[in-house]
Amino acid sequence: METLSFEYRGGRSVASPPPSVLVGVVGSGNLEVLVEPAPLGGICRVEIQTAAVGFGTTWQAVLDDVFARHPLADVRISINDVGATPAVVSLRLDQALDAFAGGFQP
Amino acid sequence: MSSYYEDSARGRLDGLLDPGSLIEIVPPTERMVSPHLRQLDTPAAFDDGIVVGEGRLAGRRVLVAAQEGGFMGGAVGEVHGAKLTGLLERALDTRPDGVLLLVESGGVRLHEANAGLIAVSEVMRAVLAVRAAGIPVIVLDGGTFGCFGGMGIVSRLCDAVVMSEEGRLGLSGPEVIETTMGVEEFDSRDRALVWRTVGGKHRYLLGEAATLVEDDVAAFRAAALALLDQLSDRGPDLSLAALEAEHAVLGSRLERFGGCRDALDIWEKLGVEEPEKLPILDTASFLATVRDRRV
Amino acid sequence: MDVTTLLDRLFPDGHDIAADGVYFDGIGRVFGTEVAVIGTVDNTPIGIELAFRMAGAVLEVVRRHPGRPILLLVDTQGQRLSHRDELLGINGYMAHLAKCIDLARRNGHRVLGLVYGQAVSGGFLATSLLADRCYALPDAEIRVMNLPAMARVTKIPLERLTELSASSPVFAPGVENYRRMGAIAALWQGDLAACLAEALAAPTDGDSRRALGEERGGRQLARKVADRVRHDAA
Repeated sequence: METLSFEYRGGRSVASPPPSVLVGVVGSGNLEVLVEPAPLGGICRVEIQTAAVGFGTTWQAVLDDVFARHPLADVRISINDVGATPAVVSLRLDQALDAFAGGFQP
Repeated sequence: MSSYYEDSARGRLDGLLDPGSLIEIVPPTERMVSPHLRQLDTPAAFDDGIVVGEGRLAGRRVLVAAQEGGFMGGAVGEVHGAKLTGLLERALDTRPDGVLLLVESGGVRLHEANAGLIAVSEVMRAVLAVRAAGIPVIVLDGGTFGCFGGMGIVSRLCDAVVMSEEGRLGLSGPEVIETTMGVEEFDSRDRALVWRTVGGKHRYLLGEAATLVEDDVAAFRAAALALLDQLSDRGPDLSLAALEAEHAVLGSRLERFGGCRDALDIWEKLGVEEPEKLPILDTASFLATVRDRRV
Repeated sequence: MDVTTLLDRLFPDGHDIAADGVYFDGIGRVFGTEVAVIGTVDNTPIGIELAFRMAGAVLEVVRRHPGRPILLLVDTQGQRLSHRDELLGINGYMAHLAKCIDLARRNGHRVLGLVYGQAVSGGFLATSLLADRCYALPDAEIRVMNLPAMARVTKIPLERLTELSASSPVFAPGVENYRRMGAIAALWQGDLAACLAEALAAPTDGDSRRALGEERGGRQLARKVADRVRHDAA
């Protein structure tokens, strides 16, 4: 197990966010993403618990892209991962953040 | 049609309950995760693989629990089991119209085996306490991982089980039997054998499942509602007379079918004309074919 | 401990117990109280016939001897692993046995379990774990699965499991682990008749195992989580 943490600045707060959004399941090759509003002084914080050790740079790259698509502030994103591929991680995060920001409901 | 088999626990609850009526208790944001998995290098889930809450089913007040097979096969650990027990005990206080258990579980979670086993026995006692208090408990079984181990026992403690053909219900899973006793005892890769032994059609014919429905969330909803209304008229019965009647049924099952080695033999004894055709029938034709043939 | 010695030590006032293969039942007398005894020997796997037979014995006690305490002495390596038992719905037979034990309790019978040999998984769930209280002899074994098998299934190295089991009661076999987690009320040693008499006289107040497990430090979360789910506002 490895714990990773990332922070992004410069995003925008969602006006009236839902209390939380949960997407995905903690199963092999999959992950769950929990998104919650949090008073973080403008920061978007991502906390990851992953079964696949040593993929910090891959996570960094995937999350940079996700933040570019969803520049959010005052958000806490919590992830439990069982070795999902970058494509699956991106998909789940897009689903979760779209729902959080008022897009479609997954 | 929305497949119950392929849906997640949360997806099933969404389709089952009146829209927007689910209020989850101890939701994922509480992060009430298993305290035992991390030391075994195993990821935790924010809900420990089970959703519990209050909701409405066609206006009736229900308590619900849904196990997520995608997380460790829906296996019961300390927190998972305590959520289920707590929900059942909540029914003693709030007296809902019924409790719905959307089971999907391989049984006890080995990573916390002792805690899981004890938790299942606490669930068992809680189910019986709820029923003894006159509140019906209904099981829905149609998930990918089926319902085995301690949860297979729990299911048969309840008032009624709703299954789809794809649902499976038993005690020891086919893989466990094969691993321990050998492939000649139970070939777990023989899908047809597995399904006709522990699948919904056979369980329905034996009388272990009260209702057989298509693999459709709406069909499960309709069946649960019908059972709820039926049970609210007569209420659960755990009297000596009821258990003596159950004893007689199980005794005659042993006597009639104890020598059978395959489901096909049992179906033939039940008077089904072409038993080998049952597995390929769709649910509606199956139900029409076996009418008056169930135990 | 073999079952004859066990019965003699539990019932110094005498017992009248008949064995039939791996199954036995009958009556024991302890300090003037008649106790119905139902049990098995030889670490027997519990299949549908045995579950059915035990259920019948429990029903008979409820029907013919209202209020008589029941002592379960079930020695089992677990449920019988067989295709044929699954075919016939062994989970339903186990559930039936559990319902009968629960019926006895609800009808005012004190139901006690004593693990004197082995207690494993499904065979334990449907019997002694449904008792008002379950006890064990110190040299008995309780488990779900032994560590080598657990290592194979979970793919966690055996060395790691062995190392962790020294400090954690949560997965390794052992009566002391089950005592710490609240499922075993106490270990019986010395004067077994006195232990039994004391257990028969002790008040019962629902399922206190979570609270015991918390108190003994073996299960830190079960009571707390169940209480929250029971009482939290929705």
